[in-house]
Amino acid sequence: MLSHLPILPVLVPLIGAPACALLRRPLAAWVFACGVSVLAFISAIYLLLATWQQGVLTYAMGDWPAPWGIEYRIDLLNALVLLLVSGMGAAVLLGGRASIWQEIPETRRPLFFVAFLLCLTGLLGITATGDAFNLFVFLEISSLSTYALVACGSDRRALVAAFNYLVMGTIGATFILIGIGFIYMLTGTLNMVDLAERLPEVGTSRTAFAAFAFIVVGLCLKLALLPLHLWLPGAYTRAPSMVTVFLAATATKVALYALIRFTFSVFHVELSILALSLEGVFIALGLAAVFVGSLVAIFEPDLKRGLAFSSVAQVGYMAIGIGIGTAAGLQASLIHLFNHALMKGTLFMALAAMIFCLGGSRFADLRGVGRRMPLASACFLLGGLSLIGVPGTAGFVSKWYLVVAAVGREQWMLVFLILAGSLLTAVYVWRVVETAWLAPPAEGPAHEGPASAPAGLLAVLVLLALTNLYFGFDTRLPVETAGGAASSLLGVAL
Amino acid sequence: MSGGAAFLFYALAVAPLAMLGILLLRERPNLREAVSMLAALVLLGINLAAYRALRAGAAMSWSSGEILPGLTLELALEPLGALFALIASFLWLVTVVYAVGYMRGHGEHNQTRFYCFFALSIGCVMGVAFAGNLFTLFLFYEVLSLSTWPLVVHAGTDKARAGGRVYLGILLSTSIVFFLPAIILTWWSAGTLSFTPGGVFAADTDPLLLSGLLVLFVFGVGKAAMMPFHRWLPAAMVAPTPVSALLHAVAVVKAGVFSLVKIGVYIFGIDQLAAVGSREFLIYLAGFTLLAASVVAMQKDNLKARLAYSTVSQLAYVTLGVLLAIPDGVTGSALHIAMHAFGKITLFFCAGAILVAAHKTEVSELRGLGRQMPFTMAAFLLASLSIAGLPPTGGSWSKWYLMLGTLEAGALALTVALILSSLLNLVYLTMIPVRAFWRFDAATGEAGPREIREAPLACLLAIGVTTAGCLLLFLFPGPLYDLVTRIPVGVLE
Repeated sequence: MLSHLPILPVLVPLIGAPACALLRRPLAAWVFACGVSVLAFISAIYLLLATWQQGVLTYAMGDWPAPWGIEYRIDLLNALVLLLVSGMGAAVLLGGRASIWQEIPETRRPLFFVAFLLCLTGLLGITATGDAFNLFVFLEISSLSTYALVACGSDRRALVAAFNYLVMGTIGATFILIGIGFIYMLTGTLNMVDLAERLPEVGTSRTAFAAFAFIVVGLCLKLALLPLHLWLPGAYTRAPSMVTVFLAATATKVALYALIRFTFSVFHVELSILALSLEGVFIALGLAAVFVGSLVAIFEPDLKRGLAFSSVAQVGYMAIGIGIGTAAGLQASLIHLFNHALMKGTLFMALAAMIFCLGGSRFADLRGVGRRMPLASACFLLGGLSLIGVPGTAGFVSKWYLVVAAVGREQWMLVFLILAGSLLTAVYVWRVVETAWLAPPAEGPAHEGPASAPAGLLAVLVLLALTNLYFGFDTRLPVETAGGAASSLLGVAL
Repeated sequence: MSGGAAFLFYALAVAPLAMLGILLLRERPNLREAVSMLAALVLLGINLAAYRALRAGAAMSWSSGEILPGLTLELALEPLGALFALIASFLWLVTVVYAVGYMRGHGEHNQTRFYCFFALSIGCVMGVAFAGNLFTLFLFYEVLSLSTWPLVVHAGTDKARAGGRVYLGILLSTSIVFFLPAIILTWWSAGTLSFTPGGVFAADTDPLLLSGLLVLFVFGVGKAAMMPFHRWLPAAMVAPTPVSALLHAVAVVKAGVFSLVKIGVYIFGIDQLAAVGSREFLIYLAGFTLLAASVVAMQKDNLKARLAYSTVSQLAYVTLGVLLAIPDGVTGSALHIAMHAFGKITLFFCAGAILVAAHKTEVSELRGLGRQMPFTMAAFLLASLSIAGLPPTGGSWSKWYLMLGTLEAGALALTVALILSSLLNLVYLTMIPVRAFWRFDAATGEAGPREIREAPLACLLAIGVTTAGCLLLFLFPGPLYDLVTRIPVGVLE
């Protein structure tokens, strides 16, 4: 059993999804999906522990050894992301029943869970695999199921948003496929370890550069790095609340993981971002994302859409971490990957609870929500403080590492801009705080929603909000894992 | 953990427990306020015990596991922190008494929320006072900014909201854009953030870096209200008077200058601070702030606004004292933290009493009020003397050391500025009670109410205690002075 551990987080939902399709009753499908995601989460925990103890774990699919078969390779980097994705998947499913029931018509519910499990499979597969083509396959699985999930939104505009995402996502996937095709032509292998060995011989050729460029652009589209972010706000806003929570906490993170994997371990850093001088590009785009995303979020009348733009801004911070180009920068980027999933998960889940009761996420709907839903609002506040980077929260740790990395390169302007960006964050978070606690409830007939959010959702929400505090004080898990991953990717000691 | 560190934990635990009690007893106002008072008493007791232990030579420090590699949460009690904690907790007790009279007399809403966040703020102040390194200090400093925001916007009106935005906007901006990078640069350069007597920087640290750092620290600690980042303090005056009195004359603003003194003494070290290039510029900026704020205060007709600008001015005294980088300057600064606290809180108490009893907020309306509120106005007179630094009040000691400091440092222009500012103090503060007592027949010609109608007894009691404090500190500055001289200003051999 233990020798099969590396495949388990992927295999369980992969088998679970079709099995779930056989269940015709929504409740049964939900229970089953919960069980599957919790199993995946547990195996991801064991996997992270195993990588800490034994180093890199490899698994040959079907016992076909590496160059012929597909190899799964788990190191610290993907073990951390696996943990994150499966954990968020389990949290969303466990807490989300009432919200899903409210937003999805009864006949579609079983299939919704099938699509959700497929999406989980895809994201976990991208993360676990050590094979470039296999990565593309899982990318397609996750993307296709995500389009379906987004289209489930109760608003008809969800269809347009899903279609937009489909077009852009397909372009991105095509780019990635072209890039992978190029490097396959150059090296004759798709295994990432072999690629990493053979690429240096041919790495200075134009084909290799073109391949890398295609892959970077394709992945940045999935990552929603400005200016390739246009699909994200629509998809996040129109998707069912719980889908938004899951996507915001995982989808862009997995894309970032894939970008880091290709940039630093498949290509070497000298042959990827240094050869194309992408450092400046990542920093410039990252800063642009931080400021554009935050400014739009400040003036957005719909909080769900505002938070989506905030995600665009936060992706910018992760890009800046990569652009700094040192192990410290990479570590900062990975830490923020982890912490941002916690913050955005908390924020979107608190918002889901509010939407459940209030029927909408516009600021006009949210007036006085602090009194009506004190617990959900308090969780939102905690997530918001973490997003700002108040000391004692996970967000502070992210910001600390990012600034330390920038100081290490003596880029003072960058330090200033990173911090100024978090002031903009404070502005849009505080706009919510004022609306929730100081604005009198809206006049006119109140929305006839349920009086309070479901207990299951609140329980998961509180747990998620508390992780923001916990990882603000006990930072070993993200910091040491990210540090170990960064130093092994760049081959230097931190 | 050394045995003495338990005091620090007890002190930090008081506020959360008090909040819990206040929340549980929200339906029974009398018990709820009793919880606040009990908490304040207990906190004062703990701080007194800690002070005794410190005098007996006990070392009190504690550090957590690593938050980030090499970085821990640290608590430590040293003389300056003990002084600050004692003053804040004593005045909290007095303010709770006052607040009971004020909040009820004024018919305020949401009193449970008010007392809850009040306790939380004081808890954060204790954290700032006991912080053993810059990281811990920053943690409590930021939470303090956030936890006072609900108190500032207590009224819930548009005006309060606007004030709250300016308040939080400036405090968060300065702390994130200046203070945090200064801390990170210190960490990057010195490799530690622990408060160390004599400073943490190596002798060969780049002077340009130190210069830049000092500027970042002085502006970054926005709570010290150095111009041009002082606007938050007048904006915070929309809060109920007890908040203005305790937080925006004592706890919050003193947390700012306290942080600066700590940074000057324990991060730079007095000797190294003296060699920092940007010190000169900052010292004159402090001089400018203390004069300019006095001039602005003169033009404010709103009593609380006038007091707020007076506070900006007095905070600059403390900043200036540290920046002189000589022992007498530090002594003066530390003493002034205490002396100004007693004087200014009395003035705010009086302002609140006038609002509750006579419903007046403007200085120009106060003529002849001495007949109606003789006790309040007498207290106002004594407290304003203390602010100006005249005997027989405590303020004269701190001003004495500060002037001595400027003379020792050979900065005559600053000595003149201090004297000038004291004169201005006399004009814009002391003239208020003088007019109240001796100008009944003001231009309007109306005779004011003849009978005495003072604020509620709880308010008067509080005013009496703090006024007595002003006088007692003149007669018996010994214990305070003793504590202040224990601050390690030189390099410990």
